[in-house]
Amino acid sequence: MMNCREATRLMSEAQERKLSLGETAELKIHTMICAGCKNFGQQMQSLRGMMRSFAQGDDPEDKPPGWQGHNKDNE
Amino acid sequence: MNTLTDTPSNTLADRHFLEQLRHQMLSFARLQLNDDHLAEDAVQEALAGALKNADAFKRQAALKTWVFAILKNKITDILRQKYRLQEHMLPDDDDGCKNGEELDDQLFDHRGHWQADERPQHWGAPQRLVYERQFWQVFDACLNHLPAQQARVFMMREFLELSSNEICSAQSVSVSNLHVLLYRARLQLRECLENNWFSGAQEA
Repeated sequence: MMNCREATRLMSEAQERKLSLGETAELKIHTMICAGCKNFGQQMQSLRGMMRSFAQGDDPEDKPPGWQGHNKDNE
Repeated sequence: MNTLTDTPSNTLADRHFLEQLRHQMLSFARLQLNDDHLAEDAVQEALAGALKNADAFKRQAALKTWVFAILKNKITDILRQKYRLQEHMLPDDDDGCKNGEELDDQLFDHRGHWQADERPQHWGAPQRLVYERQFWQVFDACLNHLPAQQARVFMMREFLELSSNEICSAQSVSVSNLHVLLYRARLQLRECLENNWFSGAQEA
C-alpha cells in the first residue's frame, strides 16, 4: 500500500498533471485512514489560493484599515 | 468610509515608496531570471511603462499591483523567448533533486510514514486568515527561506503560472525533477506555515 511520502508526492503532482484513475483511487483509500495526509491534501489547495492572493498584491504594508472585512458586510 | 491618505500626486512623489518598490521588483526579477542584467532591464521597462499612467492610481497598493503585473508579463516574455531558444536542446536528467533531501528524511520515517510530531495538522479556515497582515509577513518569510532553485521554480509555477515544459526548459531540469522540486518547495512551505502560523493561530 502507498505510504505517506508517496501519497504527498502525488498530491503535489496533482497540481501539475491529472492523476490516473488508479492513482486517484489509491490516494482516496490512503486519505481515508490517514488524517495527516488528508490535511496535507487540503493544504495543497490552500497554498495555491494563498499564492494567488499573494500575487495579486495583498501585501501587508499596503493594506488600508478595514481591508480584512472586504468580503463581508461590516456591521 | 475609509479615508484614503494617498492622493495621486503623493503616490509618485513618495521617493521612499518608489525606491522600495524598485527594490522588491528587482529581487523578484533576479530570482526569476537568474540574470542581473535582464532583471535590471525588465524592471526598468516595467517601471517606465507603469509610471506613465501612474496618475490613474490613487492608492500605492493598486499602483504596486499594476507595476508587478507588467513586470510579470515582461519576465514571462523573456522566459518564453529563452524557452524557444532551448526547445531543441532538451536537458538530460540531472541533479535537480539534490537539495531538500534532508527535509524529507526529517518529516518521514524509514517506512515513509509521517513522524509523529510532523503529521500535518488541520489548519482551520485559512480563507479568513489569508487576508491578515501578519500572516503575509510570515508567508513572505517562509517563501524567502526556500532554497533558491526551489523558490524559483515554485514562483514560476504559482506566481507566473508557467507550464511545466516552459519551466523545465528555462531551468534545464527534466519534468520529473521539476515535480520533485515543486514537491519539496510545497513540503517546506507547508511545514514553515504550520510551525510559524497555524499551530499557534488556531486557538485565536
